[in-house]
Amino acid sequence: MKATCWTGRNAVEVRDVPAPSILNSRDVIVKVTSTAICGSDLHLVDGYVPTLQEGDVLGHEFMGEVVEVGPGVDDGTLRVGDRVVVPFPIACGACAACRAELYSCCENTNPNAGTAEKLFGHPTAGIYGYSHLTGGYAGGQAEYARVVLADVNALKVESDLTDEQVLFLSDILPTGYMGAEMCDIQSGDVVAVWGAGPVGQFAMDSARLLGAEQVVAIDKEGYRLEMAAEQGYETIDFEEVDVRSALLELTGGRGPDKCIDAVGLEATHGASHLHLYDRAKQAVRAETDRPHALRQAVLSCRSGGVVSVVGVYGGLIDKFPAGAWMNRSLTLRTGQCHVQKYMRPLLDLIEQGRLDPTRVITHRLPLDRAPHGYDLFKNKKDRCEKVVLTP
Amino acid sequence: MKTSARSVSALRHDPLVRGLGWASALLGIPQVADPAGFARRLGADGDPRNRLVTAAVGVRELTAAAGLLGRPRPAWLWSRVGGDVMDLALLARALRNRDGRGAARTVAATAATAALTVTDVYAAVTRTAGSSPVELTAATTVTRPPEEVYDLWHDLERLPEFMAHLDEVRVTGLRTSHWTASAPFGRTVEWDAETTHDLPGQMIAWRSAQGADIAHSGEVRFVPAPGGQDTEIHVTLRYDLPGGALGRAAARYFGEEPHQQLDDDLRRFKQIAEVGEIVRSEGAPGGKRARGEFPQHPAQPLTPDELKEALA
Repeated sequence: MKATCWTGRNAVEVRDVPAPSILNSRDVIVKVTSTAICGSDLHLVDGYVPTLQEGDVLGHEFMGEVVEVGPGVDDGTLRVGDRVVVPFPIACGACAACRAELYSCCENTNPNAGTAEKLFGHPTAGIYGYSHLTGGYAGGQAEYARVVLADVNALKVESDLTDEQVLFLSDILPTGYMGAEMCDIQSGDVVAVWGAGPVGQFAMDSARLLGAEQVVAIDKEGYRLEMAAEQGYETIDFEEVDVRSALLELTGGRGPDKCIDAVGLEATHGASHLHLYDRAKQAVRAETDRPHALRQAVLSCRSGGVVSVVGVYGGLIDKFPAGAWMNRSLTLRTGQCHVQKYMRPLLDLIEQGRLDPTRVITHRLPLDRAPHGYDLFKNKKDRCEKVVLTP
Repeated sequence: MKTSARSVSALRHDPLVRGLGWASALLGIPQVADPAGFARRLGADGDPRNRLVTAAVGVRELTAAAGLLGRPRPAWLWSRVGGDVMDLALLARALRNRDGRGAARTVAATAATAALTVTDVYAAVTRTAGSSPVELTAATTVTRPPEEVYDLWHDLERLPEFMAHLDEVRVTGLRTSHWTASAPFGRTVEWDAETTHDLPGQMIAWRSAQGADIAHSGEVRFVPAPGGQDTEIHVTLRYDLPGGALGRAAARYFGEEPHQQLDDDLRRFKQIAEVGEIVRSEGAPGGKRARGEFPQHPAQPLTPDELKEALA
């Protein structure tokens, strides 16, 4: 079958690989009907995440039709022909983390936990197509994919919603939603969102849904800010104005009540000397992640506010404004999304028409044009916001 | 490296160690008593420097003899290996500098020293073995009640499912079992074990029977975790690693880090207890056999042959 493979830094190819097979008794195999390229795939391709190997199949946002069911899947839970969306973190459903609905911290699904533990202190869940550090699972940007422990890790979609309406339940919609939910939004809150990519857009939509009075989008790509403005959100172009001053002006000097970092480790900064400082430290491995958005969020947030981080960080950061965080009583909350917890309630919101995930899709490509899709998305060509691939 | 009292006494009655001690003494006495004569017999010339070196080597031999026969420790065996290397270097120099007489004697002496070196290395490596007791501890928490977790562990024949090194455990009696394990460098070791304590729902302790290849003992305790729903598993293993410190270093070099192994074993036990089976990825499809193999199989589906091997 065809699959999108990582073949080296900044190199992605569609290759012929074997079809997937059941490895655990509770697995199912799906024929992928839609899959997408995620911003975090770019971190892998750009070489910021260690332990990738040549030939690794990428992709953790996918859905499809069940074509084979493992012998350990409980009768009636999943059948051949079922249409399922697959959450990106692989959860066991039985450990203490899963019991606490912290599915992305599952204690059992990373076969390389010993390695992950050295980097993170404790291991985290397995993730499809997301390096060997998260288990070495084959990804879903392919014609077929294995869904691990499928009775926990597949959402059956029985309504007649289109693929495009439900595909993003696999990652970016719940991730954006969790970013907003962690803000503990109160009525009247102003919520600022760093990054107007797909996750940022969904964080904005979710913040409004959860009661924010005003939502502010911060980015440097004009077309992404326009996309936010069309939804009625304020916008700040960080290459044009000083973000903190602009936020103070928008909020009567208070600063936003809640701040969401939907950027993560590859941030760029309007002030080029600061960007160069972090870029240089990153190049010599003195820090692995560039935390501009996080620093700015901490410094801008009103005292007692919440900074919620859903942008991906992988290693170490430098010059974290701990003084601002501590002295101004800020709350810092974060996590890889616990997708399984949010899928069903968000599916309901989509069915009710209160969320429209399709609004971020700008490109639809066949699977074999995946490398072109990566190029469009990475280099922000052709006003690219989100690429959906169909095998 | 810790040396246990037990291994000192074992070395004292070890024929090879005693033999090497007496060999040191027999070589050392004439070297000290008549260095010039000894040097001549080796084919070296009458140079006063040769006499001095021979006497010094003799003192070294007598010191090693005293150590090996008096307070035998593996360090003395290693000092003999060091001495052998020195002797070979001296003999090589003697061969190069010689003026034609006694060449055959020097060659014979070199051959004898080489044979002795092999014996010394063998003795040092094998006798270091018993002198490096290792104690490993590891812990994990499982979301199952202690009785259930105890039952799962108590089924000794299932231990090889998650313990990477164990090939087979056969229950041979009420308290006895026979264990087969793979050791570093492709060797297999077997031993009989007996269960020394068995408190249902609380703990199991065992030790290897007399004469086992690897003397070891261990215990696993099942403790209710705070909150009363879960079980903490605390494992302690004590064993003498073959090859001692050297073996340990070599094993680590080949990717067999004992502490990591035990942690991984426990992780797999937790998977069996909570998930019902060991979770496999395309990168690590072999369950317990996938341990520590970097680079791994790429994260892409397996070919039919690879699949057969992984699930075998």
